Amino acid sequence: MTAQPLLDVQNLTVEFTTRRGIVKAVQHVDISVAKGETLAIVGESGSGKSVTSYAVMRILDRAGRIAEGSVMFSGIDVKAATEDQMRDLRGREVSMIFQNPRAALNPIRKVGDQIEDVLRTHVQQAQVADRGEKAIEALEQVKIARPRERYHAYPFELSGGMCQRVVIALALACNPQLLIADEPTTGLDVTTQKAVMDLIVELTRRRAMSTILITHDLGLAAAYCDRVVVMEKGQVVETAKAADIFANPQHPYTRKLMRATPRIGVSLRDLLPEEEGAQQPSTVMAGLDPAIHHPSQDASGSMDPRVKPGGDEVKAGEKPLLLIEKLVKEYPRQGATAVLGKLFGRKPPVEPDVFRAVDGISFSIGHGESVGLVGESGCGKSTTSMMVMRLLDQTSGRIQFDGEEIGSIMPSAFARLPLRSRIQMVFQDPTDSLNPRFTAARAIADPIMQLGDIRGRDSLRARCEELAAMVGLPLNLLDRFPHQLSGGQKARVGIARAIALHPKLVILDEPTAALDVSVQAVVLNLLEDLKQRLGMSYLFVSHDLNVVRLLCDRVIVMRTGRIVEEGSSEKVLSDPQDDYTKELLTAIPHPPLPVH
Amino acid sequence: MLTMIGKRLMFAIPSLIGVVIVTFLLTRALPGDPAAYFAGPAATKEAVEQIRKKLGFDKPLVEQFFRYANDLANGDFGTSLTTGQPVATEIRNRLPASAELTLLGLIVSIAIAIPLGVLAATRPGSWIDHLCRVTTTAGVSLPVFFTGLVLVYVFYFRLGWSPAPLGRLDVFYSAPPTVTGFYLIDTLIARDVEAFRSALSQLILPATTLAIFSLAPIARMTRASMLAVLASEFVRTARASGLSPSTVIVTYAFRNAMLPVITTLSMVFSFLLGANVLVEKVFAWPGIGSYAVEALISSDFAPVQGFVLTMAVMYVLLNLVIDILYGVIDPRVRLEG
Repeated sequence: MTAQPLLDVQNLTVEFTTRRGIVKAVQHVDISVAKGETLAIVGESGSGKSVTSYAVMRILDRAGRIAEGSVMFSGIDVKAATEDQMRDLRGREVSMIFQNPRAALNPIRKVGDQIEDVLRTHVQQAQVADRGEKAIEALEQVKIARPRERYHAYPFELSGGMCQRVVIALALACNPQLLIADEPTTGLDVTTQKAVMDLIVELTRRRAMSTILITHDLGLAAAYCDRVVVMEKGQVVETAKAADIFANPQHPYTRKLMRATPRIGVSLRDLLPEEEGAQQPSTVMAGLDPAIHHPSQDASGSMDPRVKPGGDEVKAGEKPLLLIEKLVKEYPRQGATAVLGKLFGRKPPVEPDVFRAVDGISFSIGHGESVGLVGESGCGKSTTSMMVMRLLDQTSGRIQFDGEEIGSIMPSAFARLPLRSRIQMVFQDPTDSLNPRFTAARAIADPIMQLGDIRGRDSLRARCEELAAMVGLPLNLLDRFPHQLSGGQKARVGIARAIALHPKLVILDEPTAALDVSVQAVVLNLLEDLKQRLGMSYLFVSHDLNVVRLLCDRVIVMRTGRIVEEGSSEKVLSDPQDDYTKELLTAIPHPPLPVH
Repeated sequence: MLTMIGKRLMFAIPSLIGVVIVTFLLTRALPGDPAAYFAGPAATKEAVEQIRKKLGFDKPLVEQFFRYANDLANGDFGTSLTTGQPVATEIRNRLPASAELTLLGLIVSIAIAIPLGVLAATRPGSWIDHLCRVTTTAGVSLPVFFTGLVLVYVFYFRLGWSPAPLGRLDVFYSAPPTVTGFYLIDTLIARDVEAFRSALSQLILPATTLAIFSLAPIARMTRASMLAVLASEFVRTARASGLSPSTVIVTYAFRNAMLPVITTLSMVFSFLLGANVLVEKVFAWPGIGSYAVEALISSDFAPVQGFVLTMAVMYVLLNLVIDILYGVIDPRVRLEG
């Protein structure tokens, strides 16, 4: 190393005192960041990447402590520094950006005041007078439109991407030398992610700052960083130049991560680790009934949703499973809805007092087909799925399921109809969508007890075990409560619950968004297998185009309540026609090159 | 802001009408015949009947109700059968006594409980956290009449530090001219320092009794919500920005933690106002709690109705104040107003 690194972490071990004894969250970690360098720390949950950065700033929880090793930041020994010295360092020399920007801001304080709080702490007395101006300037630099107005905004009045800009403004207000960004774009839309990352890179480059980007997304790390550190279970397994690590990954864990990342030119099976992937032949697209596949190919070319043309092409017996015609959902534009509408709707509203969340969309899903519904937050994709599930009543339009008109059924009545068992849903957050007081078995049995015909404790249990076996959930986990299960196991419980009643249509609402990539790979494969075995159709709601590409036959791109493009996944995602689809696709950080 | 207050008051009207109906029916359902009670044990049947007629009890229930409602609209709460005084006057005289006691108790309690809760939350596991736990447990587990009696026993009977627990003012002093009805304030307005001191010394023990009791929920809630807020992400952001501990705790944590505490406060306050009957009994305090209970025991329904109605109005006003406070603290609430 030619020059003294800005940050030098040597042999760092962080311990947490828990009820079950001492847990070493980070063990013998060496990390160094040179001046002006951008370093990525990549790893899955529990890899210790966040704890490492907290240790650098010394903002570990009370239970955590630096047990071993040294942290040197531009000549200062962080481990030995007093709390006062550290406080002076934080925000002025080292800053941090957190995941979930909305929660990272004080909800009841104006954003301008929050920036001023930081300025007040670190900037000299002489500059007190123009602190307000400096705060506005900070907002200006993160490209917030109308910064003078936004100064007086509260976090809840801003969109997620806007909040993250404020957090960046907060972090950079005092021109620190090192910026630690902890999953800064997780939970943001891909176009917002691109804007935020570009902003971070631009600002840090201009100020010759060093950056540590903590992420689980290899694509993001590859696109924006000079060097990559891969962590697993509290240890650094590999450190290399960004270009090298993707071309020639050394450690098996790095290879596994890279395999599991959805990207162009791979099939679902390729995501699984080598040994497992080899066992199962690549049957992703094979084995599908050509009759089922046909309509989707037919639709691929035309922008026109296949509403009417299905009539002469698909004969009586082959009616689409789900047929949606001119579906509209309007909300009165008042209170919070108006604010949301203002933030998400980029064009002025057509009618001043209603907000059209879903604006006359039509599409269909064939038997055994999986359709991806893609778009950014606020585009109406979740509202659409809620209306199909009859959790919401539509304003107008028709929903035909399996030949029956379900659009006219009141949401409150739908839950008790036998028809209900044929549409099921898998939710985004595997933790929040399970009753914390139900065991896994009870959760799986729940829909059967509501609508199923299996009676008696033993047969119910037998069915639960059968379902658990289908989704690959070990039987000894059936009596555990959600908090005793891992994220992937909880996702399996959610899937088992959804397929318990032999549904014909399963709505998957971002089922893997909260999962690590390696778990996501397994769950996606499981979903594909189940679809083949049980002949279900999927409506896959997602913002992740790479995942949609893998799982779906056909994809529908939505924007501000309308369908902008529709067609076969391959076609839409490799040769997009609409500008918005193109924008979405280019915003995805370039995934690493194929491993092989 | 004003429209919000107006709207809130409008919403309160149906519930007040409900309260009027329910109290009317409830008091009619009470056991015991007020006419017989009023006539006295020696009265003849005819005399009781006459009184019943005079009180209007011979009329149908609906007519009685409308007459009652009409009286209420004219500010007439009826007349107490036992004291012969108009209920409205009695409540007007007694409400400030209860309010002064409750407010002082609550202020003492807030002054102790909130710092205690905050300190306990910022130093979990320390001696102050344990002190908080012990105090709150003791506070809820000791019944108020017991704490009151112990305080009287120790500070009046044993140590002789406080005056006899006999009302709001020592017998040697005359009540100050009524301005607010709060003796502490009225004596000061009248520049009567001696009377002020006397009123204060009479207040200390009952107020402490109430404070000990109401300390527990406030301190607990403060501690719990401070702990939750201190663990939140925006506090982590504030710490990571190098803000001083006092800024982090006061501006970032405390203001956010106050929201649930205010809810608790309103509950504690309304509870204390009506339910400090026992304290009023122990200290011979001429408040509305003891007034209502005495009336209830003697089937004297007009004061009971008056009491319940007064409390209902107090609850409505209290909730309004709490809502306004919420709006002051939390901008998200303002939006929906």
